[in-house]
Amino acid sequence: MNDALPVGQADHFVSTEPFDPGAAARLTPEQERFYLASQWKLMWWKFKRHRVAVASGLILLLMYASTLVSEVLVPYNLHTRNTDFIYAPPQPVHLFHEGRFVGPFVYELEKTLNMETLRRDYSEKTSTPLPIRFFCSGDSYRFWGAVEMSFHLLCPAQGATLFLLGTDRLGRDMLSRIFYGARISLTIGLLGIAISFALALVIGGMAGYFGGWVDSLVQRMIEIIRSFPELPLWMALSAVLPVTWSPILVYFGITGILALLDWTGLARAVRSKLLALREEDYTTAARLMGAKPSRIIGRHLLPGFMSHLIASATLSIPGMILGETALSFLGIGLRPPITSWGVLLNEAQNINVVALYPWLMLPVVPVIVVILAFNFFGDGLRDAADPYR
Amino acid sequence: MMGRYIVKRVLLMIPTLIAISVIVFTIIQLPPGNYLESYIAELQAQGESVDPQRIAFLREYYGLDKPLHEQYLRWAGGMLVGDFGYSFEFNMPVSRVVGDRMLLTIIVSFVTIIFTWAIAFPIGIYSATHQYSWGDYGLSFLGFLGIAVPNFMLALVMMYVANVFFGTSIGGLMAPEYIDKPWSWDKVQSVLAHSWIPVVVIGTSGTAGMIRRLRANLLDELQKQYVVTARAKGLPPRKALYKYPLRMALNFFISDIGSLLPSIISGAEITAVVLSLPTTGPMLLNALKSQDMYLAGSFLMFLAVMIVIGVLISDLALVALDPRIRLSGGVAR
Repeated sequence: MNDALPVGQADHFVSTEPFDPGAAARLTPEQERFYLASQWKLMWWKFKRHRVAVASGLILLLMYASTLVSEVLVPYNLHTRNTDFIYAPPQPVHLFHEGRFVGPFVYELEKTLNMETLRRDYSEKTSTPLPIRFFCSGDSYRFWGAVEMSFHLLCPAQGATLFLLGTDRLGRDMLSRIFYGARISLTIGLLGIAISFALALVIGGMAGYFGGWVDSLVQRMIEIIRSFPELPLWMALSAVLPVTWSPILVYFGITGILALLDWTGLARAVRSKLLALREEDYTTAARLMGAKPSRIIGRHLLPGFMSHLIASATLSIPGMILGETALSFLGIGLRPPITSWGVLLNEAQNINVVALYPWLMLPVVPVIVVILAFNFFGDGLRDAADPYR
Repeated sequence: MMGRYIVKRVLLMIPTLIAISVIVFTIIQLPPGNYLESYIAELQAQGESVDPQRIAFLREYYGLDKPLHEQYLRWAGGMLVGDFGYSFEFNMPVSRVVGDRMLLTIIVSFVTIIFTWAIAFPIGIYSATHQYSWGDYGLSFLGFLGIAVPNFMLALVMMYVANVFFGTSIGGLMAPEYIDKPWSWDKVQSVLAHSWIPVVVIGTSGTAGMIRRLRANLLDELQKQYVVTARAKGLPPRKALYKYPLRMALNFFISDIGSLLPSIISGAEITAVVLSLPTTGPMLLNALKSQDMYLAGSFLMFLAVMIVIGVLISDLALVALDPRIRLSGGVAR
């Protein structure tokens, strides 16, 4: 057939392969993966690029995980008192004894009463090394309140002490107490944010969806709550918690108080988003099909910006943790025997403590780490949830 | 136009103040039982004799046998004419107990705001114009640290450091000889000289927050089309920054008082407790601990009113600054 064409006309190439109409718009496998990924997957990819946020997330994960097994991780129990070692300074861990490698060990603490200052002076008796024991049995405890156990990750040598971060005025080990304190301090933030999140969704959702007088009522309410200084109002509310309440009830009371003043910012975000979204066509469609407001809000509107909300909520956890710490520090928050970082810091009330027993201020370190971690983590989440970045 | 806006804005404050006073009154009433009854019981338990005349006076004063709404009206009405109630603990009218404390709280808060602005403004601008530079990262980290370190710990450590290195005792807000003396120029100077530590301590978290907000705001502004156009036309970078974006940021600076002031006042209260400043902080804590609720209530009310007035001033300043608001007759946010 080709041979029959007149000479001088260019060869016309026709591919013999079957024709594929989508060829021009064909996606590479990578592109396909990207375009078909769910929103949460996209967020995860974006979040992974944010190294500081990932590291912060890991730190938080570790800290929260540690609260599950605090008893095992630390050498002493929460209330174990070593009456011979009151206000003992942190014991340094050594590796070499007289130039010979022994592994991690401590020296025995020797106590002398300084008759001039009436202080207990502690010094190390460097004659014999006392190796730290690992995976050992020490103070017995009820694991999760159920199983009687005495297994610890590390314990002092037989008959010796191991106060890596010193002891307090009753001779209780600070390290152990800080680990136990994490349970209360860390959960109060999560529990509080859960309450305030729920409040914000319901109140902000109603204000945004219904508009009108509901909206203006909620707006005024938020304005009024916001014109109170947070801390003094927290102080007032926690001071009126009845003294007859059990410590655990006080814990929930304080959490409630923290949440009660915190929901306003989130509620505003929910409201303004809903005000815009309720005008969308798909909302009208849902309404015409007879969906109830609760279904429209919960099923169609909220999921659209849930990721953003969660990110903002993460950013308000630190405020709650700081709030609890401040209240307990002032002595009107949680009270012993419930032990949080704030309760621990309550011992470091005045300048004498800073001068004489500076290790009593150590519980502030985990507070700072957690606040920083939550801030970086929340920032990373927010950037990841923002589709325009 | 302007005058009408101001009148409207001031009138709008009234319902807010009423609502705040209702909330504060509710808190006063929250502790179970009648306060007076438990007070009498406590006195009797301590073996002190109770003067029936004084009890009768207090009962009359607060209308404790009257219904709640009348008690509220009595309390709120009293505040309007400068009668803040009666402190059970100190046995005298609250206004006498409070003395200079409220004034000093205002002074400390005011100086702190100035400090915050002075620090946050240049740093915020630097961070925004040098986004993702080492300077930005470093300053951002410092800012985060400022948010993360609890005020009261910073106060303790500063107090210790000042004691060791400068040898000054910095508890208090003025040299001892001025305490309980009438106000004079020397006293004002002494207060200013003593206020730097509380101001720095209270200011850190507010400053850190402000830097972050200012940076975010200015960054948004710098990405807008008019800035791009200005730079494309060859406007020098400095002018392209100062002419419009910075002025927009200034605007935000004023309007941000609404979120800065509550945080400063919160910080001031707890810092004052640690540094034992003669401001409202320590007394509020004491009043709350001993459940002297009328005293605590008036402090709470005072702090809230301070914030409301602060926000009012910032709104009015915005009107004066921003022609868009001035012309449209309302705050556009």
